[in-house]
Amino acid sequence: MTTTTLKEPVRGDSTGAAAPEQRRRPGRIRRIGLPYLLLLPALLLELLVHLVPMVIGIVMSFKELTQFYIRDWGTAPWTGFGNYKVSVDFDAPVGKALLHSFFVTVGFTLLSVGLCWLIGTTAAIYMQDNFRGRGLLRALFLVPYALPVYAAVITWVFMFQHDNGLVNHVLHDQLHITDKRSFWLIGDNSFWALLITHVWKGWPFAFLIVMAGLQNIPKELYEAAALDGAGMLQQIRRITLPSLRPVNQVLVLVLFLWTFNDFNTPYVLFGKAAPEAADLISVHIYQASFVTWNFGTGSAMSVLLLLFLLVVTGVYLVFTSRGRRTGDV
Amino acid sequence: MSDAHVSKSPMAPPSSFLWSRRIFLTLLTGFVLIPVYVMISSSLKPLADVTGQFRWVPSGLTIRPYIDIWSTVPLAKYFMNSLIVSVSATVCSVVVAVFAAYAVSRYNFRGKRVFTVTVLSTQMFPGILFLLPLFLLYVNIGNATGIALFGSRGGLILTYLTFSLPFSIWMLIGYFDSVPRDLDEAALVDGCGPLGALFRIVVPAAIPGIVAVAVYAFMTAWGEVLFASVMTNDATRTLAVGLQGYSTLNDVYWNQIMAASLVVSVPVVAGFLLLQRYLVAGLTAGAVK
Repeated sequence: MTTTTLKEPVRGDSTGAAAPEQRRRPGRIRRIGLPYLLLLPALLLELLVHLVPMVIGIVMSFKELTQFYIRDWGTAPWTGFGNYKVSVDFDAPVGKALLHSFFVTVGFTLLSVGLCWLIGTTAAIYMQDNFRGRGLLRALFLVPYALPVYAAVITWVFMFQHDNGLVNHVLHDQLHITDKRSFWLIGDNSFWALLITHVWKGWPFAFLIVMAGLQNIPKELYEAAALDGAGMLQQIRRITLPSLRPVNQVLVLVLFLWTFNDFNTPYVLFGKAAPEAADLISVHIYQASFVTWNFGTGSAMSVLLLLFLLVVTGVYLVFTSRGRRTGDV
Repeated sequence: MSDAHVSKSPMAPPSSFLWSRRIFLTLLTGFVLIPVYVMISSSLKPLADVTGQFRWVPSGLTIRPYIDIWSTVPLAKYFMNSLIVSVSATVCSVVVAVFAAYAVSRYNFRGKRVFTVTVLSTQMFPGILFLLPLFLLYVNIGNATGIALFGSRGGLILTYLTFSLPFSIWMLIGYFDSVPRDLDEAALVDGCGPLGALFRIVVPAAIPGIVAVAVYAFMTAWGEVLFASVMTNDATRTLAVGLQGYSTLNDVYWNQIMAASLVVSVPVVAGFLLLQRYLVAGLTAGAVK
């Protein structure tokens, strides 16, 4: 209810919010200090938990930080770009494994984001207008998203079990598609197990965001299009999808970053040692750091990952913002 | 189900649309529900049912797993830890986000854009990049000041609240922007200070957005695995790590694992489903515009 009444001010304000506040009121000195004071807690927390550790991480990536120095990491010797050289030497085992993990992650991310977006958007569009049971269905669809990631993923671990899992039972015992029970959590299949689990958990987020975005499309647009004789598909193509563009721009980016950095799903699905076919980069770096106790190399890999994400995000924003107003971060 | 719709809507969807909708939504419901069914049904199965071949229909129903889960691992302790950490992180995150969002929404100041961009871009950081540095930082702060951050609930609360902060601030900025300025300006004229205007006018008007942010913050803290696995010890272990205790044992009690998963999910799922309306409203008014 409130959303419809509030919608107009939002739209009117969306450009005005960034524009300077014209009115000047008395007590300007207090006024200048106040916003900074209000921001201070957020700023301090972000500094403590994100920015300072990030700087430390970058410093660490230039050090030979092995288990011998971990107690007093300040004393670890500098190695210049040594850790980076090791990470990107694709002929040596370490670099080769990192490159492999990178490609696995890219493939996984593209598939997962694509599927999550597609399922979420389709479901949101199908459920745009009212039908009986819509509310129930909507609540149901949000369950995977609401479940804590470990509870959801552990259930999939059970389903993917070799002897007592549901997946093999259906594929082998009931449908006789496979000759013998497959292994899902080791070997090549693990990639698909990871993808299915991740999509199952992730698509409701796309659904949620697109659903919210759809509510901001004025009904009159559809009515006008219907009067002009536009069919269902045409309305979706000409009105729904273009109107969703700004929403999709952010949604796809957020999905991409979350998926690319995802640690929780593979970690719960496979444990500390991910199978090669599903060796996502976060778990790979975690293993490189904590299993081999070589934090310098691990940090260098993390920095490379961050650089990659920065570049992709930058390019993505430049490309998708073309022809659109900027500044609605 | 389609008839009511056709008579109400000015544009009747073609039956091909209705059929494709039925098929798509049925398949999707199956996909969503199967794991939920497995979770619920297996949690009520005797152990024999979950060690042998998978059974769609349990051979018998038992609530035994729900009794055993509390003794196999100290689940109650993990539960309390998760609850304390998540509630504290949520409350702090919401308060901090309200202040920050109010500043960005209502004031113009130098560095505003830098602030919003920086805060949002922390979302992009791979958690793995600052896991170890944060761990070292907490240990060093602990050594230098005696404030135990590493291994304590406090450290985890601090970490988690910053995880939900960027999204919360972002969403609340949009939400506060949608509260007409005239309202808080009137309050200022009436003699309320800026904080009075915030708490008497803006916050009450933005309750759905704030609820949405709180739900998000709670879910983030309740579900986090990576930092919980490194930054907790036996006394402060949360559910995210504790739940794995069932599967590292020699015998895997899948019925207990499913029961425990269900028990730890119920608070968040119930809360989320009750409040999801606010989340959608909050997203509609705020983040998605």
